[in-house]
Amino acid sequence: MALSMRGSLFRKNLVTALLLAPAALWLVVFLVLPFVAIAIFSVGERAPEGGYQAALTFAQYANLPARATAFWNTMVLAPAGALACLLVAYPVAYYLALRAPQRWRLILLAMIVIPFWTSLLMRTYAWMYILGGRGIPALLAYVGIEDLRLINTPGAVLLGIVYGYLPLMILPIYVSLERLDRRLLEASADLGATPLSTFLGVTLRLSLPGVTTGFSLVMILLLGEYLIPTLLGGGKVFFIGNALVDLFLQSRNWPFGSAIAITLVLVSVVVLIVANRISTRLSGARRVDLI
Amino acid sequence: MSKSYRDGLPITPDKFVDQLMRLKRGSIGRRDFLGLTGLGVATAVMARELGIMPTPAFAAENLGDRMSIATWPNYHDPQTFENFKAETGVAVEVNVFGSNEEMLAKLQAGGSGWSLFVPTNYTISTYKKLGIIEPLDMAKLANYDGTKEDSRFTAEGTIDGTIYAVPKNWGTTGFAVNTKKLAKPMSSWKEFWDTAMAEGDGRTMVHDYQLTTIGNALKYYGYSFNSLKQDELARAEELLLKVKPHLFAVSSDYQPGMRAGDAWMTMCWTNDGAQLHRDIPEIAYVLGNEGGEIWTDFYAIPKDAPNKPAGYALLNYLINPAVAVKEHLANGAPSTDARVNALLPKEVLDNPILYPAADLLKPLEFGAAATLTDPGRAELMARFKSA
Repeated sequence: MALSMRGSLFRKNLVTALLLAPAALWLVVFLVLPFVAIAIFSVGERAPEGGYQAALTFAQYANLPARATAFWNTMVLAPAGALACLLVAYPVAYYLALRAPQRWRLILLAMIVIPFWTSLLMRTYAWMYILGGRGIPALLAYVGIEDLRLINTPGAVLLGIVYGYLPLMILPIYVSLERLDRRLLEASADLGATPLSTFLGVTLRLSLPGVTTGFSLVMILLLGEYLIPTLLGGGKVFFIGNALVDLFLQSRNWPFGSAIAITLVLVSVVVLIVANRISTRLSGARRVDLI
Repeated sequence: MSKSYRDGLPITPDKFVDQLMRLKRGSIGRRDFLGLTGLGVATAVMARELGIMPTPAFAAENLGDRMSIATWPNYHDPQTFENFKAETGVAVEVNVFGSNEEMLAKLQAGGSGWSLFVPTNYTISTYKKLGIIEPLDMAKLANYDGTKEDSRFTAEGTIDGTIYAVPKNWGTTGFAVNTKKLAKPMSSWKEFWDTAMAEGDGRTMVHDYQLTTIGNALKYYGYSFNSLKQDELARAEELLLKVKPHLFAVSSDYQPGMRAGDAWMTMCWTNDGAQLHRDIPEIAYVLGNEGGEIWTDFYAIPKDAPNKPAGYALLNYLINPAVAVKEHLANGAPSTDARVNALLPKEVLDNPILYPAADLLKPLEFGAAATLTDPGRAELMARFKSA
């Protein structure tokens, strides 16, 4: 009896181990090993013709200030972009979840999700032409506004970011608002709260998990963003993603690029931990898993 | 059954967020796993590459059914590759690049998958030194005739008597100006940079390319296009940082901006200058009278080319004068091959964009190999772009 029980337990463990093995192998081969390789590269030296040659030095890390501007630009862009997304997304999500007529919801939600089926690169190229000289400026020229330039401006970059990442912000907020117990709103009103204080004290408060999820999701993606600044900003605005692309594809300084990549990962982890703390505190006892 | 607005939705917001949270916790379905990680695709590709799944076998003379080439934007007649496919059954995948550095980076990393590529003159010695390209087997290139090539342009393809690369086109690096927007006549790099900070404010483009952007800034002071001297580079950097806030873009893809009228002036290669001028006559092409770059693009075959027979076949096809002349007419860059020039109409040979006057050509410099790998120039470019 005991023996067969042990046997079945062993079999169960074996099955579990076998089922987990492919995923574990995948993670080791495609996540852990590349990360180790990058860590090793980051203490190496650039070979005379570019690439990597073995060494043990922290010179690459000491050289990080050479990309301080790129780090700084990214640290400003990522939260600002996420905030802009939030300001646009919240009213949309609020309308969808609490105000939109039931029969319209499907269509409205589909309109938010459908653009996601097309690659961000394609959609950003579309904006290049909409904002370019043959797009909106050509239309404005008909009404006498000549030589207006929209493309390659900070405004174009911001527009591209908000446009590209908006669904990632709307959907989590929508879900947290949709699950809101409407009776709480009635109770708040019955107890004499104004609509504003009901919104601030109940609706906003209870939707914070969605807000923090959306915010950190968008912010982390923005930390690695390089496409939108290149295409809509004319390559004049330089983020850490652009620095990485150039270091690997132009100057072929793999060790320095690796040191920056490692630093970026560490920064992202810190950002996540801080966001997690804030969201936990804001939403009281509710704990939100961000990592 | 009641109808909900959710019926038929590809993914509902709830499911989307649930899935997201599930992924974060590390739980995932098999389908999602294959889809999200791309493992399904990767397995299929690997199986094919490793020969687990059958592909048409290629023996020594079998060309296979596909190959890929790395080259520059707007540089080939697309019809050429269609014709090649019709004749040989080999489909050509075309990868375009913005800089030689990027091509080198891909080849250095390995597994580029290219069977033919188009490096510029000054990079060939580095490719040879790194052992990335192989000496060409001239027996397979019956269409090549070295005696018909203009030796001014072909020297850098041959190292120690061995041919590593054969020339494609030559050209110059000047600038294109929309003369309707910027009417004053210009003839020098000094005027280019000064105009960029005045009438051309917000409308000027420079290449996202250290060789030409730094090189042409050096020409402002009359220094060598290839300078590696610290004090000269420091002055070029000073100029670049001063110009930066006035620029429309730092990009090597300047045709869309010029065509749309957003950009009025840009650093420009011969072939793009010819194409822009052909379609929009008010766009002029100017060579700086202080000098600047003259270049030759070559064909070379990477050592790790996955389909060398097809690489050689395409190369031999492309240097056939009857094919090369069509390429020339499509891309607008001059040919190094006298047999091709003999087939060109007179108005092409008389086009001053393609064949500048001798006194303008004289001060031009070929790019120097050292600039390709010099960390100083790379860091200068990074400081310029991040400023």
